[in-house]
Amino acid sequence: MATTADQFQGHVSDHGHGHDHLHEHPGFFARWFMSTNHKDIGTMYLIFAIFAGIIGGAFSGMMRVELAEPGIQYLDMFAKWFGAENPDFTTTLHTWNVLITAHGLIMVFFMVMPAIIGGFGNWFVPIMIGAPDMAFPRMNNISFWLTVAGFVSLMCSAFVPGGTGLGAGTGWTVYAPLSTYGSPGPAVDFGIFALHLAGAGSIMGAINFITTIFNMRAPGMTLHKMPLFVWSVLVTAFLLLLSLPVLAAAITMLLTDRNFGTTFFDPAGGGDPVLYQHLFWFFGHPEVYIMILPGFGIISQIISTFSKKPVFGYLGMAYAMVAIGVVGFIVWAHHMYATGLSVNTKMYFTAATMVIAVPTGVKIFSWIATMWGGSLEFKSPMVWAIGFIFLFTVGGVTGVVLANGGIDDNLHDTYYVVAHFHYVLSLGAVTALFAGFYYWFPKMSGKMHSEFLALLHFAIFFVGVNMIFFPMHFLGMQGMPRRYPDYPEAFTYWNHIATIGYMVMAASLVVWFVNIAYAFLAGRKAGDNYWGEGATTLEWTLTSPPPFHQFETLPVIDEAAHH
Amino acid sequence: MASRNLPAPDEARRRNRKVGLIGLAMALGMLGMGFAAVPLYRIFCQVTGYGGTTQRVDSATASAVQAVGRTMSIRFDANVERDMPWQFKPLQTTHSIKVGQRDLALFWAKNTSDKVVTGTASFNVEPEQAAKYFNKIQCFCFTSQTLQPGEAVKMPVLYYVDPAILGDEDNKDVEQITLSYTFHVTATKDPVAVAKGLDHGEVGS
Repeated sequence: MATTADQFQGHVSDHGHGHDHLHEHPGFFARWFMSTNHKDIGTMYLIFAIFAGIIGGAFSGMMRVELAEPGIQYLDMFAKWFGAENPDFTTTLHTWNVLITAHGLIMVFFMVMPAIIGGFGNWFVPIMIGAPDMAFPRMNNISFWLTVAGFVSLMCSAFVPGGTGLGAGTGWTVYAPLSTYGSPGPAVDFGIFALHLAGAGSIMGAINFITTIFNMRAPGMTLHKMPLFVWSVLVTAFLLLLSLPVLAAAITMLLTDRNFGTTFFDPAGGGDPVLYQHLFWFFGHPEVYIMILPGFGIISQIISTFSKKPVFGYLGMAYAMVAIGVVGFIVWAHHMYATGLSVNTKMYFTAATMVIAVPTGVKIFSWIATMWGGSLEFKSPMVWAIGFIFLFTVGGVTGVVLANGGIDDNLHDTYYVVAHFHYVLSLGAVTALFAGFYYWFPKMSGKMHSEFLALLHFAIFFVGVNMIFFPMHFLGMQGMPRRYPDYPEAFTYWNHIATIGYMVMAASLVVWFVNIAYAFLAGRKAGDNYWGEGATTLEWTLTSPPPFHQFETLPVIDEAAHH
Repeated sequence: MASRNLPAPDEARRRNRKVGLIGLAMALGMLGMGFAAVPLYRIFCQVTGYGGTTQRVDSATASAVQAVGRTMSIRFDANVERDMPWQFKPLQTTHSIKVGQRDLALFWAKNTSDKVVTGTASFNVEPEQAAKYFNKIQCFCFTSQTLQPGEAVKMPVLYYVDPAILGDEDNKDVEQITLSYTFHVTATKDPVAVAKGLDHGEVGS
């Protein structure tokens, strides 16, 4: 064993000579801006994601307040906020498109992904596999700052012309021809550039995770002993690696169509706008699993911890994620049922999409089976995790409904779709994020949060988000289309309820911030393993917060140990 | 047991670089696939008739086809893209033809501007599953068309419906096929400049 530790210590200091005197007590700038430490980079990702989430969340608040009543009430004012002087009606409506676009792009690329992969992934993947850091610490730093640069580029786009007004109003899907000759002006170019930067950052991050997980596991940590969170990040990294370059190709072609006279997506030159949709959704569907799979991993850790038993069907859980990842690549056209697919094509994509419900069901039932007969303890992360299972299942069920090509003809681009994907992402991924936050916050900060405030946060959040999104099922089934700032009076009632729900949800976030402030100002010091005997992964063997460099003496995983 | 495979620092670095480069190669491969999708998609549409892409045949192949008894209706549709200064319409609304029988349909286009306008027609048929049986022998859509200011022309399409359509399960209830064209501007030129031999060609969108 002594040899083991020595060799790995040599490996650690090999990451950069002068590591010790530079990084043990680096100055503020060197520590945070030039960081190569996975925990510091993880922290920066989390802070960045919270910041971006506040902006993206504020945009959704602007949309909800406009939708509280039929007619146009506030958009004029919002258009002026973005710098439009005396906006006419078209410019005012363009502002709506900018809001939906920015909300989608921010929440996907600059909130959920940085938080769940960049934040928790960076923090806990190396620790959980017993590695001292990521495989490429400097590339890790580049990944983070590329993401920030992408966000800055997206923010810039809001203040430059984008066709009928300021900002990119293309929707997060950036469909041609609206995004090509439909949106002259530099705003869409800035938006595309933002996606390029964030995409490059994520691809580098994915390579980093794959290399770390394949090469840097501690002795005895076989692939089949890795915690499920690590499995989830491994599968996610492969999805990123295989799907993001396709998006990069598609938006590069958009860029040349816009600026250099190519006609990849322009029928006038022999192109086809539907090809863009195929390329986009070849990326876009794996992307939704990229956002939710690490959440699955977090939930598995939490359910196991607070049931005080290993996850039921560990291998089934791991390979269910692999199956979801693989099948996720061959179902993309279920986003395109309205583009004129043939009946046979629709049948294939309907069937293939429904197959995904099988591994997803394996996960849901395995979580329930883990709880079954467990010594349950309803601490805040566990309550959030159970909330996740409920909300994700609701979203999954409406997903099976929408998977039907025939039903989708009716529900396509209605609020039913909005309700569905917010149940799996806004309520699913975000609830998983909060569960992970309360699970690991004391480990990351060394301070205990208030359990009372965490439970209060959950209660208010749960009521709020269900008030926002459940009525959208009704609105969608009654035919209310997406992406409009106005609606007939018949839709007023449930829209009004949804807007009240937004305010409830926003109040829960105040509780969350109070809880964070409480933890830092008055929080009890967190012990090494504050969740007790159920928490068995390696992060609980370290202090809270962990040392700047962990595992200089390498942990050895017992052959008989469970995950 | 645990220390058996632990790599030396240089070895660890080499292994990391190897896995990292494999990852990079996969990403670059998918990037290439993204671009390769453009020609692959075009070929896919041509072969399968996906998206209503009609087939193109030479007259030798076409002359071997015999007309069969069943009659189908062909409907003609003509459009121009927004802001294109052309009038464009079919000279017949429908044709009733025997399956396999060659037919000539005429379209009429007029340039209503004072510029020389070159256009290209994109095309498809509806229902889409009929596209792989819809064969064109000659079509104005095979090349670009240039009209002088105020000029009007008739444009022919020579086509037939492949009798194999009758044996296709997906097409058994198809009684009418709509052939649709949309003209797009590929170039506009000022006639004065053209006369002087100057080319201030402006590529239209």
